Amino acid sequence: MSRAQLEELQLRRLRTVLARVHGNVETYRRKFDEAGLAPASVSSLEDLEAVPFTVKDDLRAAYPYGMFAAPLHDIVRVHSSSGTTGQITVVGYTANDISNWADLMARTIACAGGTADDVVQVTYGYGLFTGGLGVHYGSERLGAVTVPISGGMTKRQVQVMRDFGTTILACTPSYALLLAETAGEMGVDVRSLPLRAGIFGAEPWSENMRRQIERALDVKAIDIYGLSEVLGPGVASECLEQDGLHVNEDHFLIEIVDPETLEPVPDGERGEVVFTTLTKEGIPVIRYRTRDISRIVPGECPCGRTFRRMERVTGRTDDMLIVRGVNVFPSQIEQVLAGIPGVAPHYQVILSKRGAMDHVEVHVEVVPDTDFDEIRELETLRRKVASEIQAALAVNLDVKLVEPKSIERSQGKAKRVVDARSEQGGV
Amino acid sequence: MVEQVSVFLENEPGHLAELTRALAAAGINMRALVVADTAEFGVVRIICDRPRAAKEALEASGFGVTLTRVLAVQMPDRPGGLAQVVGVLSDAGVNIEYMYAFVEPGADAAVDIVRVDDPKRAAEALEDAGVRCLRAEDLYATEDAGSS
Ligand SMILES: [Zn+2]
Repeated sequence: MSRAQLEELQLRRLRTVLARVHGNVETYRRKFDEAGLAPASVSSLEDLEAVPFTVKDDLRAAYPYGMFAAPLHDIVRVHSSSGTTGQITVVGYTANDISNWADLMARTIACAGGTADDVVQVTYGYGLFTGGLGVHYGSERLGAVTVPISGGMTKRQVQVMRDFGTTILACTPSYALLLAETAGEMGVDVRSLPLRAGIFGAEPWSENMRRQIERALDVKAIDIYGLSEVLGPGVASECLEQDGLHVNEDHFLIEIVDPETLEPVPDGERGEVVFTTLTKEGIPVIRYRTRDISRIVPGECPCGRTFRRMERVTGRTDDMLIVRGVNVFPSQIEQVLAGIPGVAPHYQVILSKRGAMDHVEVHVEVVPDTDFDEIRELETLRRKVASEIQAALAVNLDVKLVEPKSIERSQGKAKRVVDARSEQGGV
Repeated sequence: MVEQVSVFLENEPGHLAELTRALAAAGINMRALVVADTAEFGVVRIICDRPRAAKEALEASGFGVTLTRVLAVQMPDRPGGLAQVVGVLSDAGVNIEYMYAFVEPGADAAVDIVRVDDPKRAAEALEDAGVRCLRAEDLYATEDAGSS
């Protein structure tokens, strides 16, 4: 399909979905009317910019079924979004939605090189979470042998992997590492098994982790992306080139916007990912702000797929900093630190004022077995951290080495950013 | 050779005080303490009677600590004494990483603490030149004998 044909299809589907939500969902009707937007007036994809955004709170406020755009009679399944904070949200699927989802997940598995000859071990949880059943239906649609083992019972996972001849593993990246470790303890040489690819998602992971998994399991580790508000897994997937995730643009419109101004950013620049579902009937979302940070990977993929690619999610808008005009995500700093021996991945970003200027200092813990007598080596370590941060984030931050274990450990979400600007009297 | 306690210290108010309190609480007797600092951080080097106990106490207080083998050279008590020591090391092809000196209580001679890249060769060269290197027992003899 050419870009022009795709855009024509997208526009047709967009107009249908806008009319559908305006007609059936109170929240959208109110938002559109307040914005003076008549769905029929949308005559190009550019017109999408005038359509109001949708946020997670809209879904929470409509709990449980308020955002459904189809009558419950037509809904055949519900799932729920993993609410890390506050109330869960419910998403509903019509039979068409389930069928489209299966197609998209079959596409995802195929993207990882999967075919009807594969044995797919589905280790994502089955239930309200979208992961397990999402991959399951896709694997069946592809015609692969589907092993619905769900999560847990790690030793049995290893046995099944060995005995059933699993070729594709679907789970979270951290669980893949646990499986490798457990196999080692059981004396099973995973690297000698027929396993050849993993489709990993549902949590953020880094390039370092990818290399670790690929070494430990001798697989191609493929990043997949999705969120239950938009569909579940199947929104985007890496191909075997492992250079960005192809967005299934025939079903989803992707936009990258500046999270502050909500203006679109040019291709290649990072910002917040916004999705509009084009085909969903049960619970379409219009310009849904994911809070995930990514960018469009410019250029064409050598694999031949023409759908545009989004970079692996590098952070969340919730903890984004803007330093001298550059968007900085603490998770990027963490990724840099994870690759440097001698420092712990514990860090804190301290914002302060020096005169009228914002000053940013990254406090990085040295590990306890560092040779503390060697000032030169400590200096080298500090400069190395600073230069690798500069290389990864394109911004020069002051790095301060701090004593081992001096950064507060927290049980839940670590406090990575300390804003000391107001304490100093502000601007 | 003697063991020196090297402690990583952030350049923050109160950290040195905390370090000295931790050593006092552990009953560590110090002979020398020097701070080498850069703009970003400091390294505190300590010669004390029980280096291992000092390391444990400091680590328990959250400090990063390394024990380093250094030479404790008894300085020849005459003009040119230091020049001789440095000369011997330089002739032996040994690099000096840093040095600092302190005066032993009740003695005329100073003790020079020297960290070199090749301690073994340095010690042999100094011995050959008739310069005495102290052992831990030499340094702490007073404390051991006089402790009550
Ligand atoms: Zn590709």
